[in-house]
Amino acid sequence: MNPMTSTTISSHEVLATDFPAQPTLLSIRNVAKSFGHNLVLGDISLEIAAGEFLAILGESGSGKTTLLRIIAGFEVPTSGELWMDTQRIDGLPPYRRPVNTVFQNYALFPHLSVEDNVAYGLRVAKRPAAEVAHRVAEALEKVKMTAHAKKKPSQISGGQQQRVALARALVNRPKLLLLDEPLSALDANLRRQMQIELKSLQREVGITFVFVTHDQEEAMVIADRIALLRLGKLEQIATPREIYNRPATSYVAQFIGHTNLLSGEVRAGIARCADWSWSVALSDGPAQFSLRPEHVHVAGLAAGTDSIRVRGRVIDRAFHGATELIRAQCPNGLVLLAAIASGSVLDGEVELEFSPSDLVFLRESHRKG
Amino acid sequence: MFSRAYKTLVTVPPLAWVAVFLLLPYGLMFCYSFWSVSSLQIIVHSWNLENYRDLLERSVYWETLLRSMWIAARVMIFSLLLGYPLAYFLSFYGGKRKDLLYQMVIIPLWVSYLVRAYAWKTILGSDGVLNGLLQYVHVTSHPLEFLLYSPFAVVLTLTHIYTPFAFLPIYAALEHIPRNLIEASHDLGATPAQTFWKVLFPLSIPGLLAGATFAFVLSLGDFLAPLLLGGPSGIMISNVVVSLFGAAYNWPLGAAISLCMLVLVVSLLFFSERLEKKWSFS
Repeated sequence: MNPMTSTTISSHEVLATDFPAQPTLLSIRNVAKSFGHNLVLGDISLEIAAGEFLAILGESGSGKTTLLRIIAGFEVPTSGELWMDTQRIDGLPPYRRPVNTVFQNYALFPHLSVEDNVAYGLRVAKRPAAEVAHRVAEALEKVKMTAHAKKKPSQISGGQQQRVALARALVNRPKLLLLDEPLSALDANLRRQMQIELKSLQREVGITFVFVTHDQEEAMVIADRIALLRLGKLEQIATPREIYNRPATSYVAQFIGHTNLLSGEVRAGIARCADWSWSVALSDGPAQFSLRPEHVHVAGLAAGTDSIRVRGRVIDRAFHGATELIRAQCPNGLVLLAAIASGSVLDGEVELEFSPSDLVFLRESHRKG
Repeated sequence: MFSRAYKTLVTVPPLAWVAVFLLLPYGLMFCYSFWSVSSLQIIVHSWNLENYRDLLERSVYWETLLRSMWIAARVMIFSLLLGYPLAYFLSFYGGKRKDLLYQMVIIPLWVSYLVRAYAWKTILGSDGVLNGLLQYVHVTSHPLEFLLYSPFAVVLTLTHIYTPFAFLPIYAALEHIPRNLIEASHDLGATPAQTFWKVLFPLSIPGLLAGATFAFVLSLGDFLAPLLLGGPSGIMISNVVVSLFGAAYNWPLGAAISLCMLVLVVSLLFFSERLEKKWSFS
C-alpha cells in the first residue's frame, strides 16, 4: 500500500512565470506603499505587456486596489518606480498619465448626459468638436448605448452605466485601461455575460487591460495572466492555466479552486506524508504539496504501477452537476477531497488512487511585513 | 395602522396652531390692506384699493423697496463670495480640523443678533474702533462719517450676519458630491481647475441657489440693522412697515406693503426651488 514512486517536480519549474512575448508597456519596480505605520503594499515588481489582459486578484486587504490607484496616480508610492515605455510616470498627476480607469461604482457625472460623460475626456483635451462627436458616437456604438445617448446616468440601469463608464474611458484611447472590480455590482448572469464581452472588447481594441477583482473564477475566465496578491505581496503571477496547475504556494492552491494540501517531510529524495511516500527531486526539510481533487480517481481494477491507492470512507458529498466532490476519511487520518463523476460511488467505503506526478510542491508564502 | 382617535390627536393641534397663528393673521392682514384710515385716525372697514394706488403713485414706497432689494442683493453677493470659498475650503481641505472649523462658522449664530449689530456700531462709529485706529495711524485726520448710518454699514452688518446662512447649504452640497467624481475627472485628463468648473461647481449649484435665497430673503425683510446702523439713507422697507404700524398709525397701508413683500418673497422661493430641482441629480 505504500508504493515508492517518482515525481518530476522541481521548485524552479513552479516559480517560473511565462514572460509575455509582447514588449513591456508598464513596468512596476519595487513599489511599496504605507499608510502611517501600516504597510499595505510591499515591494511589488511586475511587468505588464502591451496588449495583455492582466487580472490583479486578491482578497480585501491584499493591496490590489492600492496598486491600481498607484498606477492611476491617485496614490503616491512610498518607494519604487513606475515606468511606461521609456517614461517614468510615478511623479505625474493622474491627468497627465495615458491611463484611464473604470471605477467600481462607475463614477459617472450625474449632471451630464451619457454622451457628455463619454465626451468629457476629449473635451477637456480640447479636441475639435467634429472629432469629439465622431469618436463619442463610435464609442457608444461599441458598447451598444447609442439609443441612450441623451439620458442622464440616473435614468439607466447598473449594467448600462457600466458600459458608459467603459466607453468614457476607452474613447480616450489610453495606453492602459484600469478596471476596479467593475462587475462586482452586477448580478451573476449579467456578470458572466459582461466578462465575455469585456474580453472580446479588449481583443478588438487592443488596449492593455488591468482588471482588479477578488473573484478567482472571474480572473480565470477573463485574464491572460493573473497576479495574485496577499497581504501586500505578490504570491504568484502566471497564466490562469499555470496558476491552477502549478500553484506556487499553499495560499495560491487554496485560493484558486479546491485542493488537498499534503504536509510532509523530504529526506534523501523521498517525500513522506503520513504513510504515503514517493521520490522527489527536492532538498531535505519539511515540504507541502497540493493535489487537485480531479487528480484523485476511483481506483480501477488494474492498479497503476506508480499510483498511490487508499481506501476511504465517504463522509461528505457535494453535487456539482457532471461531477461531485466527495470527502473521504482515510485510515492514516488524512481526509482526501476527490472530484468524481456524479453517482459513480455510493456512500460508505471507496477505493481511491492518485499519481504522485500530480502532486505540486508548494514554496512557503511571504510573511507580512 | 393607527386608530382614528390617534390620527385626530396628532393632526389637530398643529393644524389649529397654523390656523390661529399663521392663516388668521395673514387673512386679517389681507383684509386690512383693503381698508382705510379716516381723518380721525380710525380704521374704516370700507373696501377699496386706495392703499395699493398709494404704493404705485407715491415713489417713496417703491423707491425704498428697490433700495431694500439692492441692499439685499449686495448682501447676497458678498455672502456668497465669502461663503462659497469658505465652504469649498472646509469641505475639501478641512482635514482633521473640519468639525472644529465648521463649529467656528456656526458659533456666531448663537450670539444675539442685537449684540452683533451693536458690535458693528461700536466699530464703525465716529469715535469707534475703526475710526480711532485710522486716525491713530494717521490715515485720516477726521472720523469717516460714511462708515456708520449708511447703506454701507447695513450691507456690512447683514453680510456678517447672513454669511453662515449662505455657507451652510453650499457646504452641504459640496459634502454630498462623491469624491470619486473628482478622481474620475482627473483620470479623464481634466486639470483641477477644469474639474472645478465642469464637475464641482455645477453639482454645487443647488446649494448655491439655496444660500443665495437665504441671504437675499432674510436681508430683504430685515429691520433691526437699518434701524440701528442705517441712518436716514439706509432705511429699508421693513422700517417703513414698522413705522406705519406704529407711530404713523396707518395699518391698512402697512398691511398692503407687507402683502406685496409676501408675494415677492413667496415667488422668489418658488423660482429658486424650481431652479434647484432643475440642477439637482441623484
